[in-house]
Amino acid sequence: MVGLEHYLAVAGALFVIGIFGLFLNRKNVIIILMSVELILLSVNINLVAFSSFSGDLVGQIFTMLVLTVAAAEAAIGLAILVGFFRNRGTIDVEDINVMKG
Amino acid sequence: MTVADYAFYLFAILLVASGLFTVVARNPVHSVLWLILTFLSASGLFVLLGAEFVAMLLIIVYVGAVMVLFLFVVMMLDVDFAELRGGMAKFMPFALLIGVVVLMQLSIAFGDWHVAEGVNVAASLGDIQGTEVHNTAALGLLMYDEYLLLFQLAGLVLLTAMIGAIVLTLRHNPNVKRQNVIAQMHRDPAKAMELKDVKSGQGL
Repeated sequence: MVGLEHYLAVAGALFVIGIFGLFLNRKNVIIILMSVELILLSVNINLVAFSSFSGDLVGQIFTMLVLTVAAAEAAIGLAILVGFFRNRGTIDVEDINVMKG
Repeated sequence: MTVADYAFYLFAILLVASGLFTVVARNPVHSVLWLILTFLSASGLFVLLGAEFVAMLLIIVYVGAVMVLFLFVVMMLDVDFAELRGGMAKFMPFALLIGVVVLMQLSIAFGDWHVAEGVNVAASLGDIQGTEVHNTAALGLLMYDEYLLLFQLAGLVLLTAMIGAIVLTLRHNPNVKRQNVIAQMHRDPAKAMELKDVKSGQGL
């Protein structure tokens, strides 16, 4: 029988994969953005699982808010990426040093 | 094992496998396609959990909008992805280390967590009392009533993101001719036209 722990385990595995992807693709900004999407998706799975198993719909409301923020983040991130590519001709993270940070 | 249990294991394995392929794929276009499969499996899990509205929202917003945006950006940018992939073998040990550490931390939390007092967590979804209200209607009742402010603020976040994305990517090309409405409206026929009295048989 599938219980809450099963869903939490899946979400945890997805979270670890997201972290792994962040560190594996240190150069490619697009894959880094996708890894962030994976992490946010695992958080969403956690929220929906808890919401369903405890019979409280507030978790699904917060899932929608996380989804909104993730969509906004993807849009802004890709816009910055396109602007950076126009200026520098590359999307290598190591080349993003204009601000000398 | 019921059909729902088999469906859970199918979607869970698909989710984890496609998530893994997303981060290790050599071609970014393949990465985006694997990510689409990840979101589809996640929406399958959401349907199994009884959250149909969020599941459909995931398909519409993520697969329909965000992933298409990613796909366009990957295809539009002329990037040498083979060069970017070069460091993958170099980062692999460190990434595995970080992954294992985070996995162990999550396992520690997973092994010993307790439900707070006064909260009932059902052993399985069948134990939850089925409500008469549909999932979408119940969410709407809650969202437009108790969480109206959060809903409006989420809209504001989206508006800010939209304006920001437009401002960041809009480029003014001086070679493109544009319509200047103000100048058109303030054109004066007296200044714009000139009558010349041309004598016959002679040019200007």
